[in-house]
Amino acid sequence: MIWVDTIVQGIMLGGLYALFATGLSLIFGIMRLVNLAHGDFMVLGAFAVLVGVESLGLGIIASAILAGAFMFVLGYALQHLLLNRTLGKDLLPPLLVTFGLSIIIQNGLLEGFSADTQRLKAGGFEEVSVQFGAISVGAMPILTFCSAVVVILLLNWLFYRTETGRAFRATSDDPVTAQLMGIDNNRIFSLAMALAMVVVAIAGLYLGARATFDPLIGPSRLIFAFEAVIIGGLGSLWGTLAGGVVLGLAQAIGAQVNPEWQTLAGHIVFLAVLIVKPRGLFPRTAG
Amino acid sequence: MALLSTNGLTAFYGDFQALYGISSEISEGETVAIIGANGAGKTTYLSALAGLRAAGRSMIEFDGSQIGGEKPARILSLGIAMVPEGRRLFPSLSVEENLLVGNYGRKAKGPWSLEAVYRLFPILRERRRQNSSSLSGGQQQMVAVGRALMSNPRLLLCDEISLGLAPSVVKDIYAAIASIRASGASVIVVEQNINQALEVADRVYCFLEGRVTLEGSPVNLTMNQIRSAYFGG
Ligand SMILES: Nc1ncnc2c1ncn2[C@@H]1O[C@H](COP(=O)(O)OP(=O)(O)OP(=O)(O)O)[C@@H](O)[C@H]1O
Ligand SMILES: [Mg+2]
Repeated sequence: MIWVDTIVQGIMLGGLYALFATGLSLIFGIMRLVNLAHGDFMVLGAFAVLVGVESLGLGIIASAILAGAFMFVLGYALQHLLLNRTLGKDLLPPLLVTFGLSIIIQNGLLEGFSADTQRLKAGGFEEVSVQFGAISVGAMPILTFCSAVVVILLLNWLFYRTETGRAFRATSDDPVTAQLMGIDNNRIFSLAMALAMVVVAIAGLYLGARATFDPLIGPSRLIFAFEAVIIGGLGSLWGTLAGGVVLGLAQAIGAQVNPEWQTLAGHIVFLAVLIVKPRGLFPRTAG
Repeated sequence: MALLSTNGLTAFYGDFQALYGISSEISEGETVAIIGANGAGKTTYLSALAGLRAAGRSMIEFDGSQIGGEKPARILSLGIAMVPEGRRLFPSLSVEENLLVGNYGRKAKGPWSLEAVYRLFPILRERRRQNSSSLSGGQQQMVAVGRALMSNPRLLLCDEISLGLAPSVVKDIYAAIASIRASGASVIVVEQNINQALEVADRVYCFLEGRVTLEGSPVNLTMNQIRSAYFGG
């Protein structure tokens, strides 16, 4: 029974990692940009929610919506003013610039909020759990997992059912020819970053509500996001969800064997996948 | 008055000059063919018209306004669409999505719509859900032409649309060009196949090493004139 419990917890944890990973996967998929500041942006999102709750006195949901709007604008501006200038054949400039952003965000948050650990309070919702037979699952993990599924469903709807989504995919395929269709690459990339940042804000919300956080934890969360993306295989958001679940399962099972092995087990599975299937478990088949 | 004209159009790739002052024009409803050997600058010329290559503002005039060096999206919105060399379909989009993306930047009223493109190329309706990379070369070319038509262009630029296709397929594609002309659009076709060019065009320009070496209507041009303009000498 304990194993069934572990597996359920692992899958639910995978939902969190999928949320961490979706923004990263989205941005890489559309503009081949590896955002090294992704983890720090999630932490920034968590702090944005915190400001809404503690300084503006809003409820957590209102704060999250506000944080999402803030991150949308921030993402658009950042891509428009800075990151679009780094894109090109060479993959190094965006890496260097986002690495720099990571340091700027960490230090900015330290300056503004000190190094204290913080936590988003969800009004007792953290304590609620649901009983399935003999297994009890926290309501928060269930909500996280459902959020991941809803986010991915919405993004897939956007990509495959709307004109803007078509423009995203066309630009990702061939930015030069996309321009001939009247698509402004810079605008599309800025919009993509803005959208990804909304997902980042959602990830930040759960990051802050499920555990404590401080200004410096971004990079370690980036690793989980990164592992989930690679395990799942690039190019498909459902793959990213699956990657998150595999990582969550590995960590939960590792922790069950020995509490100190949680992260290590995740890393080992990640490396094993890289060796056995370098393109990930669910790579997008050509085209 | 000409719909489009170029005035001393130049183009560079780094230090290399690809076009040395091309002056050309096309009227409303006219079909012009550009012929010339490999590397003559035909693709560069079309790319400059479409906004993919830098150009001085006054070097290109469309419908009375100077558009040289404008962004491709702006140029499309004015009504110049291109069928690029090598088709360049979007591999992760289905046939229908490739067509639909064609009017992203210009939703103009006109004869062309998804329905009209399917009427022009019925095979594409059968293949609409398929991935564009699963099509034959000729079908892919149809998608590329249809995609450009979706914006209801006033001027359609076609770069080597017959290249690598079987003769019967070339006939189909050029039959389509005839209905595009009939719908009132002006067309510039770049062609390696000189006979094809002479057959379709009202007027022909021959390029050689970035310069216009011959201009005229097919009925007035002799094979000898064309040969020396094409190869130089
Ligand atoms: N991206 C590029 N970088 C450098 N030089 C280029 C580039 N593209 C074309 N050129 C050069 O510019 C000149 C004109 O090329 P262009 O492609 O316009 O010729 P073309 O007439 O279309 O030839 P083809 O019939 O082979 O398509 C050629 O000498 C070519 O080598
Ligand atoms: Mg060419």
